[in-house]
Amino acid sequence: MYKILEKIALNKDIDYLVVEAPLVASHAKAGHFILFRIDEMGERIPLTIVGTKGDGVELIVQKVGYTTCKLGEMKVGDFLEDFVGPLGNQIEIHPEYKRVLGIAGGVGAAPLLPQLRSYHEVGVKVDLVIGAKNKELMILLDEFREICDHVYITTDDGSLGEKGFVSDILDDVLDKEDYDHAIVIGPLIMMKHVSKMLLDQGIDTAVSLNPIMIDGTGMCGNCRVLIGDQTYFACIDGPDFPAKGIDFDLLMARQGYYDEEEHTCKIGRGYDEK
Amino acid sequence: MMKNRVKMEELDEQTRVTHFLEVACGYQEDEAVFEASRCLDCKNPRCVDACPVEIDIPGFIKAIKERDFAHAYRVITEDNILPSICGRVCPQESQCEGACIVGIKNEAVSIGALERFVGDYACEHIKTKKVDVKKLGYKVALVGSGPASLACAAVLIDHGVDVDVFEALHDYGGVLMYGIPSFRLPKDIVKEEIQVLKDKGVMFHKNVLVGKSITLDELKEEGYKAIFLGTGAGLPSALGIPGEHASGIYYANEFLTRVNLMGSNNFPSFKTPVKIGQKVAVIGGGNVAMDAARTARRLGASEVFILYRRDMDSLPARKEEVHHAIEEGIDFRLLESPVMFEEEHYQVKSVKTEVMKLGDLDQSGRRRPVGTKEYRVHQVDSVIVAIGQSPNPIVKRATPELQTDKWGRIVTNDQGETSIKDVYAGGDIVLGAATVILAMGAGKKAAFEMLKKFGH
Repeated sequence: MYKILEKIALNKDIDYLVVEAPLVASHAKAGHFILFRIDEMGERIPLTIVGTKGDGVELIVQKVGYTTCKLGEMKVGDFLEDFVGPLGNQIEIHPEYKRVLGIAGGVGAAPLLPQLRSYHEVGVKVDLVIGAKNKELMILLDEFREICDHVYITTDDGSLGEKGFVSDILDDVLDKEDYDHAIVIGPLIMMKHVSKMLLDQGIDTAVSLNPIMIDGTGMCGNCRVLIGDQTYFACIDGPDFPAKGIDFDLLMARQGYYDEEEHTCKIGRGYDEK
Repeated sequence: MMKNRVKMEELDEQTRVTHFLEVACGYQEDEAVFEASRCLDCKNPRCVDACPVEIDIPGFIKAIKERDFAHAYRVITEDNILPSICGRVCPQESQCEGACIVGIKNEAVSIGALERFVGDYACEHIKTKKVDVKKLGYKVALVGSGPASLACAAVLIDHGVDVDVFEALHDYGGVLMYGIPSFRLPKDIVKEEIQVLKDKGVMFHKNVLVGKSITLDELKEEGYKAIFLGTGAGLPSALGIPGEHASGIYYANEFLTRVNLMGSNNFPSFKTPVKIGQKVAVIGGGNVAMDAARTARRLGASEVFILYRRDMDSLPARKEEVHHAIEEGIDFRLLESPVMFEEEHYQVKSVKTEVMKLGDLDQSGRRRPVGTKEYRVHQVDSVIVAIGQSPNPIVKRATPELQTDKWGRIVTNDQGETSIKDVYAGGDIVLGAATVILAMGAGKKAAFEMLKKFGH
């Protein structure tokens, strides 16, 4: 059993949690993720590790599906039935880069933070373009400002920063500085468009994928990712991949395969569909 | 002597496809005693030689004949800690029963059913105690909690070694839990046989992925004298044909894990869904393919068919599984090999196959399937790919100095030791996808090698 040590609501949809898991905490690096299960009837859900705090693992969770909504109802002192990790691969850091651009969409800011931190720690300059629906749903700005030279903000409704999507301001950002590398993390549709823009400009681009997983150890094959004509498993080959050649449309189709069933679970529990 | 064996009662095929209860019901006491009386108690028992863990088969059958079931259990567990499981899943027809002298003229003694009877009797009537032997003062870490590690644990704990088993998933038993469906191997049976090991004093730790949560070096630093890797064949093999990535195409591992480990047949009480539709193609002819096909039937699919590139006689599955699959209305479309999947909006719609014929013998001694350039198309809602697994790569990737062959299998010497000193390996991670009993044999052997090396 894994104890919830801290829980802070960052806004109405997103929580910050610290879960006690010493073996995970002592081995976690940027890029790693965990799988958790709330109880014995629960599903296994992957979440990126945001950081560690002693024996605790820091997570940032958006309440989107049945399980994340239920996790949102849990309190400090409650226990998760299962918590395994760190899974996946830590990202490869290139200290020789001069400047790296991070681009975050929504809760994608959470997995991006440890990656930019890792670059910052080896002396690479980092900038950020971050987008969210509105000001309230914008997360981790203070944390990013500590490590970034420039933080460019967009919101869909214009309540903070520029009105629009990250893609609307990206060209201007790219005009200002030269980037050796970009990391894009957010919804699949955003990663698809933004990574295409970056690749078209000749910028080496990586994305972090979070497909449906069962075991997280290479066993089930559900998290397959097609890059060119090569198949990879996000759990053991990723979750971070070079963006070039990824079939995002396939990923989106596979991501939505169980939408109806997800709906059944949420209705049964009284969680409203948005 | 009766020519024919006593048949186990089975659930009728009409109703059993509506649930996941065990199909074969096992012997009653009198049936077991009667079947046991068919054993000739041969002087040179060929059945024992044919058993990968060399159970004293005539010995335990004799005890059944004498109605001393507790003694029968003691005889079996000298060599095999999991009789209820092995009685159900071993390929007896090509092992003990295949070698049985009675089988030359009549039906072989039903050794598997008798083993199962003894195991089930013990689960119900015999309480295991903590092992009371002199402690040898050292501990061993076992990685993975499947058949190889369980067999290894049994030998070590009985000899006074402290044993810790590390499992990556949330339940113990490996393929016994996530792979084999409950209508063939009820999960309570697996739990009870593992409980025997817990009662003996073996410590089990879940949610620990060795290589990630803790490395082999760290385990050694923690004082483990030796490590056994029984991490299994946990990487699905792909067909490598167009369209294979579409939704609705499952690897058997995923499909079976959703149902067996995650309980998706009880969705939405259990929160992991599974979606299969009405028309289901299962590709492959082994036990996993039979398990997947029969599971799909139980989830409500009306048309389930096996696509296999050889003929009926070449199916590698246990005879009993094929027989049960036929009874349950699984259609066998033989001598067909998939060449591509057609999809619409990334959802699979049909499988195109090439009709095959059998040509000359290949290296495995079977007739090689050869394409005929004639094609067929099967409409499907989903597809389950069950053409095999390769070894799980996680420990290797975390431990580059661990030597593996070109198929990713860990290389061991005659003692079961890997290229890293005091690190042993056995089961599917060494053999490639094989059987429960071969994995157990390897686990047991490694345990004895450790005892030889570190003291007993």
